Amino acid sequence: MSLWVDKYRPKTLSQLSYHDSITQNLRGLSKSGDFPHLLMYGPSGSGKKTRIYCTLNEIFGSSIEKLKIDVKTFVTSSNRKLEFNVLSSPYHLEITPSDMGNNDRVVIQDLLKDVASTEQVDFSNQSSKRHRFKIVIINEADSLSRDAQAALRRTMEKYSSNIRLILVCNSISNIIAPIKSRTLLIRIPSPTPNEIGKILHNITEREQVQLSSGDVDKFYERLALASNRNLRRALLSYETLAMQSETINISSNQQLINLDWETIIKSMAKDITTSRNVSTIAKLRTTIYELLSHCIPARIILKTLLFDLVDLHHENNKLVEEVVSTGSIFDERLSLGTKSIFHLEGFIARSMVVIDKYIR
Amino acid sequence: MDSYHQEKLHHTPWIEKYRPKNLSDVSSQDQSIAILKQTIKSGNLPHMLFYGPPGTGKTSTILALAKELFGPNLYKSRVLELNASDERGISIVREKIKNFARLQISNPTVQDLESYPCPPFKIIILDEADSMTNDAQSALRRIIENYSNITRFVLICNYITRIIDPLASRCSKFRFKLLNSENSLNRLRYISDVENLNIEEDVLMKILSISQGDLRKAITYLQSSSKLSNMNDDDDKITIEKIEEIAGVLPDKTIDGLVDLIMKKRVNDIVGFINDLVLEGWSIQQLIDQLHDNLLLDDKVDTRFKNQISLLLLDCDKKLNNGTDEHIQLLNLVLQISKIV
Repeated sequence: MSLWVDKYRPKTLSQLSYHDSITQNLRGLSKSGDFPHLLMYGPSGSGKKTRIYCTLNEIFGSSIEKLKIDVKTFVTSSNRKLEFNVLSSPYHLEITPSDMGNNDRVVIQDLLKDVASTEQVDFSNQSSKRHRFKIVIINEADSLSRDAQAALRRTMEKYSSNIRLILVCNSISNIIAPIKSRTLLIRIPSPTPNEIGKILHNITEREQVQLSSGDVDKFYERLALASNRNLRRALLSYETLAMQSETINISSNQQLINLDWETIIKSMAKDITTSRNVSTIAKLRTTIYELLSHCIPARIILKTLLFDLVDLHHENNKLVEEVVSTGSIFDERLSLGTKSIFHLEGFIARSMVVIDKYIR
Repeated sequence: MDSYHQEKLHHTPWIEKYRPKNLSDVSSQDQSIAILKQTIKSGNLPHMLFYGPPGTGKTSTILALAKELFGPNLYKSRVLELNASDERGISIVREKIKNFARLQISNPTVQDLESYPCPPFKIIILDEADSMTNDAQSALRRIIENYSNITRFVLICNYITRIIDPLASRCSKFRFKLLNSENSLNRLRYISDVENLNIEEDVLMKILSISQGDLRKAITYLQSSSKLSNMNDDDDKITIEKIEEIAGVLPDKTIDGLVDLIMKKRVNDIVGFINDLVLEGWSIQQLIDQLHDNLLLDDKVDTRFKNQISLLLLDCDKKLNNGTDEHIQLLNLVLQISKIV
C-alpha cells in the first residue's frame, strides 16, 4: 500500500489540478517535442517534480516511469574515488550533484559530458518527432557550488542538440546569471488553501474518510494553513489524522498534527519570552543539541524560532523589527561559520536582550 | 542540407543558430571589431583578453575571428578551446595547454591559403578564465611568453579583477560594453522576421528592457515565448505578460502593493505579505532589483532616505550572496525600510 501522496500523484498533464496556465505551457512544450533548457523553481511541496514527470510522460510515454538506480564511480583530480547514485530511465537521468559537496563539479563535468557527447539513437519511433536528446534532471540546483554552475555554462550551449537540462530548485537567487540567461524559467507557486482543500476533498471521497459533521471547508483550510501551503505535507498530515481515528473530529479546535521538533521550538520561543536569564540559555542549549543530533538543520531551527518569536509578539512592532534584524545577522553568521551552536545560542541571548528592552 | 541536419538545426537553440558567423555580424562592439579586422589584414594577432558582462558577444567574437582566420579545415588543428566545463587545474595547464602550445603548426592546404589568411600561429581560447584558480593562472605566465612565436592566447572573462595582474599585463585588453538597444533591437527584429514570429515592436522593446543589454538573454526570452505561444494554436501572439512570466519579473501591481505597505508601516501586514510572496515562489533577488527601481528611480521619497535605502539594499544583497535564508533577509530589509521612511 502506498502513501496517499504517491497514490494520488498525477501521472499525466491532464490530471494536474491547479496552475492551469503553467500546465497549458508545459503541454505546448511537450507537443512540439522539443524544448529549451528549463529551470523550475518554487517552494517545496508545490508540485515541481510532479509537473516535470507529467511533461516527460507526455513526451516519451510511460517508459519514463521505469526507473533504475545506477552507481557510478568518479575519480577526482586528487585521485579519490567517489560513488554517486544516478536514477535513470531509457530517456532521462536524474541526479542530485549537491550530495557530493565540493566534488559536485566533477560530477557535472564527467557525467554530463559523457551523456551529452553521445547522440541518442531512437530506432523504435519512426515518426517525425524523434527525440535526439536525452533529459537530465538536476535536483537542488541552488546548492550547486559556483564552480559546478560555471562548468554547466558551456556544456549547456555546446551539446544543446543532444541534451536538455531541467534544473529544479527552491530559489533562483543562488543560480548564477549566465545559467538563468540560458534557461526558460518556470515558476511554480504554492497551491492556495482553496486548491489544497479541493484536493483533500477529492481524496476524502475516494478513500471514504469519515468526517464528523461541521464546516468541512474550514477544516481543510486549517489543514492547508497549518502545513504552510505545502501540498505534500498537507496530504501526509491528513493521512496521519485519518489513521489515528475512525472519524476525524473536524469541528473541535484540537491540535492538528504538529511535528515534534516544531512543538519543541515553539516552547523554546515561549521560554525565551518568559524567563530571560542565563539558566534558560543553559537549559535551551541541551534542547538545541538534541535537535541538532536529530538532524534538524541549524538554519531551519533559527528560521522557525525567529518566526515563532515574531508570531508571539506580533502586536509589538518595534520588537518585531529588532528581532528580525537580529535574526538576519545571525542567519548570515550561521551560513559563514561552521559551529552552528554558537550562533544559535548567540541569537537566543541577543533576542532575550531585545525582548527585555521592550517588555518591562 | 539533408533532413538529418535540418532536424538537428531545428533542435538547436536560437542563440547557437544565430551566433554571428563572421566578424561583421557581431552587434555593436564597433571599436573592438575594427581593431580585430585590422589584425586579420595584417595577419598578426596579440595575446588578447576579452572582458565584459554576459551576453555581449565575447565568445561569439573570438569564434568568428578564428573561423575567418583559418577556415573550417584548419580550424581543428589550430584552435584549442577550453572552458570551465573542462578540468583546468594546474596539471591541465602544465600538460594539455603546454603540449598544444608547443606543437609545431600544421601546413595549410593550397585551397585554404587562397580563401583564408591562415597566419602561422595557433590560438588557445580560455573561456570563462575568471573561474581558473590563481595557481593555474600563474602557471600560464611563462607558457604564454615561451611559445609566443607559434601560439596566441585569448582569455575571456566577466570580471577582469579575477585575472592576476601578470597575466593581464601580457595581453591587450578589449572591453565589451553592454549592447545599446538600437543594435540589439535590429538583431531581435531580424531573428523574429526569419522565424516568422507574430510580435509587436513594443514587446520587443520590453524584452530588451528586461534583459538589460544581455543579448543572449533577450534571444532566449524570444525563443521561449515563441515556443510557449506556438502551441496555444488559437493565439500565437507574443504579449508583454508572457515575456514577464518567462523572465520571472514580478507584476508592477505586486511591487506597488508592497511599497504601499512599507509607507503605511503596518508591520503585521508586511509579515503576512512577505510570507505570501515567498510562497508564490518569486525570486527574491529579482524582487530586490525591482524594489530598488521602484524606490530609488522615483521622487516618492526624499534623497536622504534614498541614501539610507541603498545602504540597506547593499547590506541585504551582501547577506544573500553569503547564502542566507531569503525569507528572513527580505523581511528584515522591508521592515528596516519601513522604519526609516
